[in-house]
Amino acid sequence: MKKFWAIITVLLILFFLGSGLIPDLKIYKQNNLSQKTGKVYLNRTVNDDSPFKEIDKKLYGEANDVENNAANSVTSVIVDYRALDTLGEVTVLFLAITGVIALLGKSKKNNRILFEKPNYILNASSKILLPLIVLFGFYIFIHGHITPGGGFQGGTIVAASVLMMYFAQNNYKLKNNRMKVLESFSGLSFLIFGLLGIFIMGDFLQNFLELGIMGKLFSGGLIPIIYILVGLKVSAELSNVVYEFMGEE
Amino acid sequence: MIYFLCFILFSIGLYSILTKRNLIKIIIGISIVDYAINLFFILVGYRMNGRSPILEKGEEIERIVDPLPQAVVLTSIVIGLAVTALLVAIAIRIYEKYGTFDINEIKELKG
Repeated sequence: MKKFWAIITVLLILFFLGSGLIPDLKIYKQNNLSQKTGKVYLNRTVNDDSPFKEIDKKLYGEANDVENNAANSVTSVIVDYRALDTLGEVTVLFLAITGVIALLGKSKKNNRILFEKPNYILNASSKILLPLIVLFGFYIFIHGHITPGGGFQGGTIVAASVLMMYFAQNNYKLKNNRMKVLESFSGLSFLIFGLLGIFIMGDFLQNFLELGIMGKLFSGGLIPIIYILVGLKVSAELSNVVYEFMGEE
Repeated sequence: MIYFLCFILFSIGLYSILTKRNLIKIIIGISIVDYAINLFFILVGYRMNGRSPILEKGEEIERIVDPLPQAVVLTSIVIGLAVTALLVAIAIRIYEKYGTFDINEIKELKG
């Protein structure tokens, strides 16, 4: 049965990778790929008096016909044009974390690293700082398409809060089973949104939601959703790494 | 001209990989090489007096730096983090088995 599922998975991946080679496939006729990248992307502008106005004008705060409406260009590149690459990147991170857990998880000598007994101020202030740092991390990856930052950065900040709790309190313990559930959920949702892109628009991980107004929070279609999922996945994975490195009781 | 600084940083990392005997120092050298290459990529995309590639009201788009190397480097940083975590985990297991980080004393690894 395991072999059956493995063969099915490999065939699906081969289909997604190879379906671009079949020109007569119906789903690919809806997109003009030459308009999708290149000149349209590089020449977009946000001002009225720009020399590129005739080519492609997108006004900040007004435009709603950009094919991906994120103000942050790096986020556009990562989550829209190279979203498949981001999926592979998240997979690499997941594999590395699986390797860390496999190497460190079963070792019997892996005792908890204990520090000098923390004083009262450190103990109390870390509990106050924890929700604030987690909130800041969530802010970073929810606003990844309009401000600097994104899923990976925000996820790292959330994991840093876990590391701070481990440093500040000797009896703190992360509930790592919940983190594993969160990680699996967000990784699966990423794939499901990608497959929905096939069924609705005809391309893997293509934007199928309303693009909205550039510069607003609810804009960019699929971009903020995918970046939130990536942020949740990265924060859960890196928290698990911190948990494995700090050792168990 | 400033690209040479990247190559100097790369050489420092390569030196520490080749000459140091401590496993942790080798891992630090690998990280230095990683960041030297990331810095080089960012510098390739930079232009004089450029600003961050985020569209804002009232800013000319011609002045932003190239966003593509930044996106590539973001991927590269995450992969570097994953590689470093895996290397440190392997180093911890080696220390548990042999009781040392010195690669000369780990006799079973010699080919």
